[in-house]
Amino acid sequence: MNWIEIFRSGISTGTVLLIAAIGEILTERSGIQNLGVEGMMLVGAMAGFKIAYQTGNVWLGLLAAIAAGGLLSLAHAVVTIHFQADQTVSGLSLTFLGTGLALVLGEGLTGQVAPIIPRASVPLLSQIPYLGQVVFSDHNLLVYFGYLLVPITWYYINKTRPGLHLRAVGENPAAADTLGVNIYRTRYLYTFVGGCFAGLAGAAISVAIAPGWYSNLTVNGQGWIAVALVIFAHWNPWRAALGGYLFGVLRRFTLDLQGPRMLFGLANPFFFNTNLVFFLQMTPYLLTIIALVWGSSAARKKRIGSPAALGTAYQRGERGR
Amino acid sequence: MTFSEKPNAVPAVEMQEITLRFPGVLANDRVNFTMYPGEIHALLGENGAGKSTLMNALTGLYKPQSGEIRIHGKKVSFNSPKDAIAHGIGMVHQHFMLVENQTVTENILIGLDTPRFGLNLKKYDDEVSHLAEQFGIHIDPTARIWQLSVGEQQRVEILKILYRGADILIMDEPTAVLAPQEADELMDTLKEMAAQGKAIAFISHKLAEVKQVADKLTVLRRGRATAERVDLQEYTRESLASLMVGREVIFNLHKCEQEPGREILRLEAVCALNNKNLPALRDVDLSLHEGEIFGIAGVAGNGQSELVEVITGLRECSGNVWLEGKNIANKPPSFSISQGLAHIPEDRIGVGTAPNLSLTGNIIMKRYDQEPVSQKWQLNYVAADALAGNLKDEYDIQAPSVQTQARKLSGGNLQKLILARELSSTPRLIVAMQPTRGLDIGAIEGVRQLLLRQRELGTAILLVSEDLDELLSLSDRIAVMYEGHVVGVLCSGDFDITNIGLMMTGTLPQDLPPEQEAPKDPAPGSASAFDEVLDHVKDYEQIEQAIPPAGQPVIITEEELPPAEDPDAGLSEKERVLRKVLGKKYAEGDEE
Amino acid sequence: MKIPYPIFLKRTEDTPRWLPTVTSVGAVLLAFVISGIILAATGANPFQVYAYFYRASFGSWGAFSDVMVKAIPLILIGLGCALAFRMRLWNIGAEGQFFVGAFLASAVVMVPLVNLDTTPRWAIIALMMLLGMIGGALYGFIPGFLKARLHINEVIITLMLNYVAVLWNNYWIFGKWSEAGFQMTKTFPRNAWLPRLADYAAEIPAFSGLTLHAGIIFGLIAAVIIYLIVYRSKWGYKITLIGDNPRAARYAGIDIARNTILVFMVSGALAGLAGMTEVSGTVHRLQERISTSYGFSGVIVAWLAKLNPFAVIIVSILFGALLVASREIQPSGISFLIQGITLFLVISSDVLLRYEIKWVRPAQETAQ
Repeated sequence: MNWIEIFRSGISTGTVLLIAAIGEILTERSGIQNLGVEGMMLVGAMAGFKIAYQTGNVWLGLLAAIAAGGLLSLAHAVVTIHFQADQTVSGLSLTFLGTGLALVLGEGLTGQVAPIIPRASVPLLSQIPYLGQVVFSDHNLLVYFGYLLVPITWYYINKTRPGLHLRAVGENPAAADTLGVNIYRTRYLYTFVGGCFAGLAGAAISVAIAPGWYSNLTVNGQGWIAVALVIFAHWNPWRAALGGYLFGVLRRFTLDLQGPRMLFGLANPFFFNTNLVFFLQMTPYLLTIIALVWGSSAARKKRIGSPAALGTAYQRGERGR
Repeated sequence: MTFSEKPNAVPAVEMQEITLRFPGVLANDRVNFTMYPGEIHALLGENGAGKSTLMNALTGLYKPQSGEIRIHGKKVSFNSPKDAIAHGIGMVHQHFMLVENQTVTENILIGLDTPRFGLNLKKYDDEVSHLAEQFGIHIDPTARIWQLSVGEQQRVEILKILYRGADILIMDEPTAVLAPQEADELMDTLKEMAAQGKAIAFISHKLAEVKQVADKLTVLRRGRATAERVDLQEYTRESLASLMVGREVIFNLHKCEQEPGREILRLEAVCALNNKNLPALRDVDLSLHEGEIFGIAGVAGNGQSELVEVITGLRECSGNVWLEGKNIANKPPSFSISQGLAHIPEDRIGVGTAPNLSLTGNIIMKRYDQEPVSQKWQLNYVAADALAGNLKDEYDIQAPSVQTQARKLSGGNLQKLILARELSSTPRLIVAMQPTRGLDIGAIEGVRQLLLRQRELGTAILLVSEDLDELLSLSDRIAVMYEGHVVGVLCSGDFDITNIGLMMTGTLPQDLPPEQEAPKDPAPGSASAFDEVLDHVKDYEQIEQAIPPAGQPVIITEEELPPAEDPDAGLSEKERVLRKVLGKKYAEGDEE
Repeated sequence: MKIPYPIFLKRTEDTPRWLPTVTSVGAVLLAFVISGIILAATGANPFQVYAYFYRASFGSWGAFSDVMVKAIPLILIGLGCALAFRMRLWNIGAEGQFFVGAFLASAVVMVPLVNLDTTPRWAIIALMMLLGMIGGALYGFIPGFLKARLHINEVIITLMLNYVAVLWNNYWIFGKWSEAGFQMTKTFPRNAWLPRLADYAAEIPAFSGLTLHAGIIFGLIAAVIIYLIVYRSKWGYKITLIGDNPRAARYAGIDIARNTILVFMVSGALAGLAGMTEVSGTVHRLQERISTSYGFSGVIVAWLAKLNPFAVIIVSILFGALLVASREIQPSGISFLIQGITLFLVISSDVLLRYEIKWVRPAQETAQ
């Protein structure tokens, strides 16, 4: 059991979840729930890989991924903000749409090799024993991006004027509207931003952390885990990061369980029966369910809720018929 | 009332020939409205007259089809609330527009262009405190909105406007949620602001309030101005009332003397928490009898909603709730419904009806398990439609057919639908919460008639209302609630508005001031009996009966009324009232 | 309702009865067009592709029989989703419930739970049906319970459970039940197969080679039952009321938690039954790939059919054709794309059912 490796891997995997989760936090804080994150991550992964492969420039690929995720989320925005359709169903349809688009446009990319985002170590900080190895050495650049993203997002939401408006729109859009805040524009903006982040998260998989394109197995449910993470994190970026990293660590840990012959002094069942690996593979999904259950009941105890206007469409001057 | 018009002054607001139309409704028809700085100007009218619409045009929410608006002499055209705010106009809404979990200062800062990016709350906290002191307002800028009382929240709304440099303020029914003493405080604040040069528009439907504080008055009725910028001294309250309503409104509310029967509902030591897990009901004891209307008075938020929810099975409580001997506390609503409890909810759209279901679907909401609608596992829709059709006719619900979806009905018709459903199940107990809120005068009368008729039939009625005058006119007894306690219970002979007002703000019955003096003399210029009445009431609608010292109710019988518009002699009294008052109204559209 | 562009949506008073059907049909047609454009962009010839679609699905009786075989699980799942959606319960876990149903049904043969030689065929099949439905119902109970008691978002739970169910099946398929090391079980004995048309080829030669099996009867019966429940029964009324306004339902005394769990279980049972029909009637074994995303297509079927049970049948046949035809097409994701676009268009077009669109020139902007 190489714990250093487990934590390192956990941070890498967690970064993907964290980026997608932060995007969704921003979207949901404005009152829109976007369940299409999985689809957006897929198009992002596909677009990032494809453009990187075709142009040889991975940064262009990243840009393409961000644009792809953002564009797809605009579809969700139009349908839920302008047409006032049910946000759950629209988000689901976007998952199908994104998956379909990614599969069709990603045809032929399986098995190809594309340039990836480079890795690096932080000077000085990486010399710290243990901590430096785990956190600051030889990580993909996007991981460091993730480190910075969290405090910046937190500061933005809680300590800036646009963040104040974002929170107001999500809690009481009518109040913000009468004070001149443009509800429609705010929600469009943050839905788009959320989609961009989701696309970026997808690319983080295909051109950075787990390089390659494997059709819909590339993302394989991580988009849904990110959405669950947002709820579990109570719409707070720090907790989202914590949850994401924890998740990654647990996932790697369960996979590593197959390695050693002996486990805690007893014969390791996972070593001797390779079919038990399926149960290990179940852990991320079961963990998500547990996290959701725990998160919901904890929220109810502390009386912390979702943004009050989450999931409801806003209509100015709706007469009380 | 210290305002005097200076010569050559420029009006702060001048609205000329404003016309505002919504699909199917002419909300404002060539209305003129003018205000000068330092003036408090009341805008009077019943529900649906167009006062809120007119003011919403001033705040940039709506855009009039025709007419001109001038602010300080300059012609303007608003495309959004932001434009109006930029011209110094601000509105305090009846329903506060505050973000509950943010602080006072944060709420005030929403929508502003400064600070550019970073939010240094400390600096703005100080600014807010400073501003508040300037107008004699006491508030803690770092408090979160959910921690504040209703009166304090209203002050935050006022501060929001003042902070933006507003010199034109619009107050929409500001005292609707305040106890009488808090309302007086508000009036003082308004006078202070007027003295400092602000122009204040004051929307209300309460005559006494208006008389207390306003300099000038504009009256709207059905979209038209029936009096523009008049001096209040010129008009008696009676004439004002008829300006608002357009006819001599004399309600034929026969409320007979009745001996209440046996006990139907009893609450024993009921305690309950509200949604924030704070105590909402503390040791409540109540007793209701057959044939009695039991009113619950109190400023909104003192436990009335929780009381209703506890009785109707929508909230947990400790203690006992006995309905004719059976304990319905903490049992699901299906149990109390089966025991004969009818509930007219406060929220007729969110709780009382299902918008996409038809009239039929809404009527059978509580009786899908009963014959003839129910047939073993099946629902007999033919029988259900027939039932709905009968009720639709009986209660005069205006809708194309029983298949019409509920969301297409107006508020008044929705309420009739709910009443039809609840009253037709011959309940033992009716719990009615704000049954006439938001309805126009004809519908209000209809609802009250129905409740009184149920009272005659022996049903016990628990009536919770923010409208004190409604409670006074309908109730046999009134309980006043304050902070979850029942502060006192009064019988109909002892109703006194001042005392009730005091109890609503926490004064216990034993601490009330001694016996009141005799009623004041009628206002100069009018010796009509109605003025005497109006001195005791605050709401123009309550022109019903004066209480002579003998204590006997005076009933204005049919023969003394002015001739009816269309004598329908053959119909029952209830039908006649309903048809006369409601029927015609609905042809013209009843609400904004 | 005001939109910041010169389109004015007015809440419509009366929806013409034909409008929902037209929007659904229109959505499908438009989806094909858009997908065709995307196909062209990737270098394929859309006309060729669509012509092949037609041949592969309706070109012969054999093809049509294949289409109906694919339609059967779609019908069952679509009905289950239609019921759940009527109560606004988003059961996206049909895929997982399908797998669990298939698993328990297979257990009858694999364990075996009865003596396969002596038990009559109808009994084996009945037992498989029962266990299939129980499996699906139990798996549907989980999200139902979590939603009813803890108010947890059922979408995410059901999705996670989908992955878990597939992995659970894999454990058995790769392990104890594996046939000669392949990723599938042995073929079921004949008396565990649902009867097929081909079985009667001796009497009616035209039936030879047609794999359409008795599952279609289950589907039709289920459609009638769901119709009776939703449109005729008291329970259906309660479900509709809860879906329309849960607060009103609670006020009217309806136990929302209990109905949540019940509806989820019924919806799951139908999906589980679909799983059983697939292993017993189509592939005659339990294998890794028993579903071509029936669970998700079922969701789309239900939505496209506007939750109407009989429309579900028709839409399922259409989607069955899509699934059959796209088996051998490049790019392989085309059916998914068409389905995704269809669903998206249907949702967008739903707005037409509630509002009429009026064009307004800015000068005449109405106050709204």
